[in-house]
Amino acid sequence: MVSSDTVKRLQRIALQLRADVVEMIGVGKAGHLGGSVSLGEIVAALYFHKMKFDPTNVADANRDRFLLSKGHAVLIQYAALIELGVIPRSELKQVKTLAGVLQGHPDMAQTPGMEAVTGSLGQGLSIGVGMALGLRLDGRPSRVYVIMGDGELSEGQLWEAAMAAYRFKVDNLTGIVDRNRVQATGPTKEVFDIPDIERKWESFGWHVLTVNGHDVAQVLQALDAAEQVKGHPTVIVADTVKGKGISFAEHNAAFHNGIFTEEQYRQAMAEIETRRAELEKE
Amino acid sequence: MAPVKNLREAYGQSLVALGKQNRNVVALEADLGKSTRSILFQAEFPERYFEMGIAEQNMASTAAGLALAGKIPFMHSFAVFASGRAFDQLRNSVCIPGLSVRICGSSCGLSDFGDGKTHQALEDVALMRALPGMTVLCPVDAIEVAKMVDCLLDWKGPVYLRINRNDLPFVTPEDEPYQIGKVWKLRDGSDAAVFAAGVMVSKALEAAEELAKDGISVRVLNVSTIKPLDREAIIAQAAGVRALVTAEEANIIGGLGSAVVEALRGVRHAPLEFIGVQDSFGLSAENYEILLRHFGLTAAAVAEAVKRLLGKA
Repeated sequence: MVSSDTVKRLQRIALQLRADVVEMIGVGKAGHLGGSVSLGEIVAALYFHKMKFDPTNVADANRDRFLLSKGHAVLIQYAALIELGVIPRSELKQVKTLAGVLQGHPDMAQTPGMEAVTGSLGQGLSIGVGMALGLRLDGRPSRVYVIMGDGELSEGQLWEAAMAAYRFKVDNLTGIVDRNRVQATGPTKEVFDIPDIERKWESFGWHVLTVNGHDVAQVLQALDAAEQVKGHPTVIVADTVKGKGISFAEHNAAFHNGIFTEEQYRQAMAEIETRRAELEKE
Repeated sequence: MAPVKNLREAYGQSLVALGKQNRNVVALEADLGKSTRSILFQAEFPERYFEMGIAEQNMASTAAGLALAGKIPFMHSFAVFASGRAFDQLRNSVCIPGLSVRICGSSCGLSDFGDGKTHQALEDVALMRALPGMTVLCPVDAIEVAKMVDCLLDWKGPVYLRINRNDLPFVTPEDEPYQIGKVWKLRDGSDAAVFAAGVMVSKALEAAEELAKDGISVRVLNVSTIKPLDREAIIAQAAGVRALVTAEEANIIGGLGSAVVEALRGVRHAPLEFIGVQDSFGLSAENYEILLRHFGLTAAAVAEAVKRLLGKA
């Protein structure tokens, strides 16, 4: 069992990551808010607890790998890397500018700490499977984490990769589906409904765990459980809220890649602050 | 020893040799291993061979992941699928990060003569050339295949390798040291220069032999590295002649001819003609030679183009 101190620490970090994302997007500029902040707790749990990842040696061959197949959510990864000191805090104000290093999608050629190039949807799991196979050939202890979107599951390549991971008994990889139920143009149920996600993964030979993706203890438990599964891959289907923690953005496709007004920006920050204060009282 | 005449057999053997040299060499296949000859590697190194099923897109991104884990992945399919079906994966997973993935486009051009339009790769050169950082290779015979593959341990960045399905005549010397990126002069001449790649190199040599009988002296260049193209060599070899011809087994739009003209931009040069497939898909035929003839990819067509440009047609 994880200690309540650890849970609280990660909850705090998740809020900080959300605040960083809001700050990165700023006022009057489009940014992928919804699908970034839905990952707050999951990214906090991975980078600040679960993964073998040394911020002072990001090229360590034995590190765990973090891949965002849903590359548009990269703001939350930038936030984690800024908090860890891998990316300078000054970059926070120049996301998606020529002067900065933080690209609109993960780009290992431009940004420290990125493990691949993703963003053309559906490719991250394949890249992760390739990494996992390579790491296994070298007998490395590393684990590969691949985060996918639920909207992204309509990309056929993900299922090709799912079959390959099963075929090659890849058990040094954990897939995570950020099931926030909203995609670019609306609720997944209306845009392109993919029912029975868990059963689909199961039928592809994966071990499946379902968690509340905002419950840090549940997330940590699932990440540990996934590691114990040998001989086949594991996916964690995490139920999350798109736009989590920012009331007007929650479940709202307009903030898939939305623009804050000055007032919305202030409200978003204020809500995160309120939640922070509540957390300290809990 | 004289190697085999078959290019894909030579490829398969060379890959095995590379695998013996370096344990980081791995191979991925999409159920065409008997054709691409990647099965030779499978037999030797089963643990480093990944049969990915008929899923080229996944294969390309998986190759990227293997490269990111420090491996030197060779992925295989027919040229048409390796370049076209997986184009977005090659662009994003492989080329943007500049990963050293090797893409074996086997049965290139019209060389899979029986299978028709869907299986014949005539756009692959244009597609792969358009990707920033992609090296595009088109070996001319089994000797060059072996030398090229040998260079692929150290060559940086993604490489697309066009491998012909059939036996092709030997035209390159066995003992000459080799490097990727060079334009190779196989025959000197003073009236015309023919820049050729792949199967069309031997056709160009044949044409030069015929034209010599008419007193026309033709220079023949093997442009087996289509990208990065040695621009200075192209300019130098295009100089001093009165006719230029490019000859390729691909669509003339975006292929070798286009690359040569791009190299000659801003430079005064002799009139130039393209021999290649004239913006068309392929066709099924009973054999390779008949199909090449159908699309005008012959020594006679090269000779005729030279004569026409020289005003001797």
